[in-house]
Amino acid sequence: MDLRFTPEELAFRDEVRAFIRDNLPADIRERMRLGYSPRKQDVIAWQRILNRKGWAALSWPKEWGGPGWSAVQRMIFIEENQAAPAPELLSFNITMLGPVLIQFGTEEQKRRFLPRAANLDDWWCQGFSEPGAGSDLASLKTAARREGDHYVVNGSKIWTSTAHNADWCFVLVRTNPNAAKRQEGISFLLVDMKTPGITVRPIISIDGAHHLNEVFFDDVKVPVEMRIHEENRGWDVAKFLLGNERTGIARLGKSRERVAAAKEAARAVRFNGKPLIEDPTFRQRVAQLEVDMKALQITQYRVVSAGAKKSDGRPDPLSSVLKVKGTELLQSTTELAMDAAGPLAMPIWAQELAEMANEPDMLAEAAEQAAGNYLFLRAASIYGGTNEIQKNILSKAVLRL
Amino acid sequence: MDFDLSDDQRLLADSVTRLMADRYGFEARKAFLKQPDGWSTEMWGRYAELGLLGVPFAEEHGGFGGGAVEVMLVMQELGRALALEPYLATVVLGGTAVRLGGSAAQQAAILPAVAEGTLKLAFAHGERDARYDLSDVQTTAKRGNGGWVLDGAKSVVFHGDSADKLVVSARIKGARDDPDGIGLFLVDAGAQGLARRGYTLRDETRAAEVSLTHVAVADGDVLGEAGAAFPVIERVVETGIAAMGAEAVGAMETMQSMTLEYSRTREQFGKPIGSNQVVQHRLSEMLMALEQGRSMAMLATVSVEDADPAERARNISMAKVGYGQSARFVSQQAIQMHGGIGMTEEYAVGHYFRRAMVIEHTFGDTAFHLARLAAQVE
Ligand SMILES: Cc1cc2nc3c(=O)[nH]c(=O)nc-3n(C[C@H](O)[C@H](O)[C@H](O)COP(=O)(O)OP(=O)(O)OC[C@H]3O[C@@H](n4cnc5c(N)ncnc54)[C@H](O)[C@@H]3O)c2cc1C
Repeated sequence: MDLRFTPEELAFRDEVRAFIRDNLPADIRERMRLGYSPRKQDVIAWQRILNRKGWAALSWPKEWGGPGWSAVQRMIFIEENQAAPAPELLSFNITMLGPVLIQFGTEEQKRRFLPRAANLDDWWCQGFSEPGAGSDLASLKTAARREGDHYVVNGSKIWTSTAHNADWCFVLVRTNPNAAKRQEGISFLLVDMKTPGITVRPIISIDGAHHLNEVFFDDVKVPVEMRIHEENRGWDVAKFLLGNERTGIARLGKSRERVAAAKEAARAVRFNGKPLIEDPTFRQRVAQLEVDMKALQITQYRVVSAGAKKSDGRPDPLSSVLKVKGTELLQSTTELAMDAAGPLAMPIWAQELAEMANEPDMLAEAAEQAAGNYLFLRAASIYGGTNEIQKNILSKAVLRL
Repeated sequence: MDFDLSDDQRLLADSVTRLMADRYGFEARKAFLKQPDGWSTEMWGRYAELGLLGVPFAEEHGGFGGGAVEVMLVMQELGRALALEPYLATVVLGGTAVRLGGSAAQQAAILPAVAEGTLKLAFAHGERDARYDLSDVQTTAKRGNGGWVLDGAKSVVFHGDSADKLVVSARIKGARDDPDGIGLFLVDAGAQGLARRGYTLRDETRAAEVSLTHVAVADGDVLGEAGAAFPVIERVVETGIAAMGAEAVGAMETMQSMTLEYSRTREQFGKPIGSNQVVQHRLSEMLMALEQGRSMAMLATVSVEDADPAERARNISMAKVGYGQSARFVSQQAIQMHGGIGMTEEYAVGHYFRRAMVIEHTFGDTAFHLARLAAQVE
């Protein structure tokens, strides 16, 4: 047993680090270091740089542009990329749609969509959740009626992240309302967001930003060849998608990045007449988070290594451990960064910063982003299956309760 | 021990409850936000009519003659409604500074106007580099022009943008964080050399950065003895902590009841989410946190008038830690139990969440007050 990276893995990590250092555009790095979410053009620019290097289609086979990395290498890459901090690969394209197409898509579908997804020529979004179907996804109602060589889709999706940026959406629809089991009447469709009848309504979240949307489908025509897998077998595809790539789900790199941001703020502000970074209580909080990060890193390493040896392709229920512990940790790191900012975390500085544009105020900017991250990442324990649902999975699948 | 309210106190509480229930729904609040100052001047008038703006002032000053308990009753209702008006800034912070620091003449000139609703105050004490350290004041006051001249800057001054008069702290002598040598000065918002840049906080209340460049203050506008204002500043902040505790309790109550209602009506897997034991336990934990927080807010309220400064400071710090932790837990769980809808600007719970967050970061966060308590552990 050896919990350290092998020399090869270390060399790989250094190679990734060096590549990010040398190729991440400075303006993107600087904005992300201050805690901003990457802009659409930043995400696209960075994914294209990575794709040119052959590093975008992380888990895809080499013939479709994948780098041919092991699960451990993918984990190292994801963490380094998050911690840099650099924009993350668009998960809808890379960890969701790509593997689905590779597993279930026709040759035609793969050729048409995979290269464009890798290069972010198409921005994909995920149309699963509905107002009445959140944790209980199988109760979804958006209906697709077959009419000759196309489907006619009616209904609405909600919480669709980045739908306002998206060119395409993969959508779960009900094709057989009379199926014996709800899961048996669902199909998986690829929908061009430019199709007439689609309306995207923004939902502003509590951080004041626009990440989320409601997407309405009003007699939207979708050609039958845009269906993945068989009709009424879409649930198999969704299950594969949700369980497929759990590497990176712990978001350790993002936690590391938030702790770094907190430390930086703590160097700049005073507490009891000294820099906050010298305060023993603050240091203990950082130390505790470092303990938690270390534990999660090793657990993640174990899950990833076990996954690499498993052959049945089924998701490891222990990946729920990574999701729950990873999001709890991430949320704690955002609390640390916000608390380090102190009273500066209260204002929305944007207007003030704009008025004072000739006097850049990094401390205020970072404080505003620390609060924004704290607010938005409350959602980390909600999206991707809530933490309560993850614990239900552990209770059933591991503990057999 | 006595937790009962007097008849007068009950009447006061009922009248605020009724006013807010009638006029301060979440939709009405959205309209108030769009008014020029970011809050409702009409509501301000109604508070004045009901006597709320004079609750802690003596009757001779047009007040209700109430104490911390009366303020608590009002703040709790304002917290429930997530009121945007400068009640804390004007009545609690500014009002306490004048009440405890001002001469008889200053009190007579200012407090009746506050109670009538014609004069709004702000407490301009915190500075950009001071964090939560109350004695860290770098704004200076020097003798000149037959009075004082103020120079410096104040940060995150609650409702500083709409105040008519600011209570400004400035250092007359001593080192940067010496408690000795600080004065409190009454400065008109329109004074020459005073500039304000207003903005919105995360909870949609307003605040301002205030800069002072050679602002002249007459001797008659010094609150108390110049250079010996620190004890007054401490009491203003303690009173503020107590008032915000009551507000936090009101906000927590609302989050708790909204979440309870949601858990009864939101169905997933063919049944209300509240039928899952996990959700039931979480709501029970929220209830426990709320009740513990309420106890601590009460402690702050009764401590405000404690004559022993050490005992008072200790209890106030305990209260701030206690209700702050409760508010963080209750608000985080309120969002979690709502799922996606809790994350949205359109839904009320996230607004309560952000008020709780701002309260936590005002006048010392949990770490700050725990450190103060830790220093005294025997
Ligand atoms: C920021 C964000 C981004 C998102 N992005 C997308 C996206 O791009 N595409 C997409 O399709 N969806 C997306 N979602 C939706 C997300 O997947 C759902 O919010 C999630 O599945 C929960 O559903 P819900 O919001 O309806 O909450 P509900 O399912 O109504 O849950 C409410 C609460 O009840 C609890 N609960 C529910 N059932 C049980 C149970 N059986 N036992 C115990 N507790 C239970 C939950 O844990 C939660 O605390 C996003 C959500 C958010 C917040």
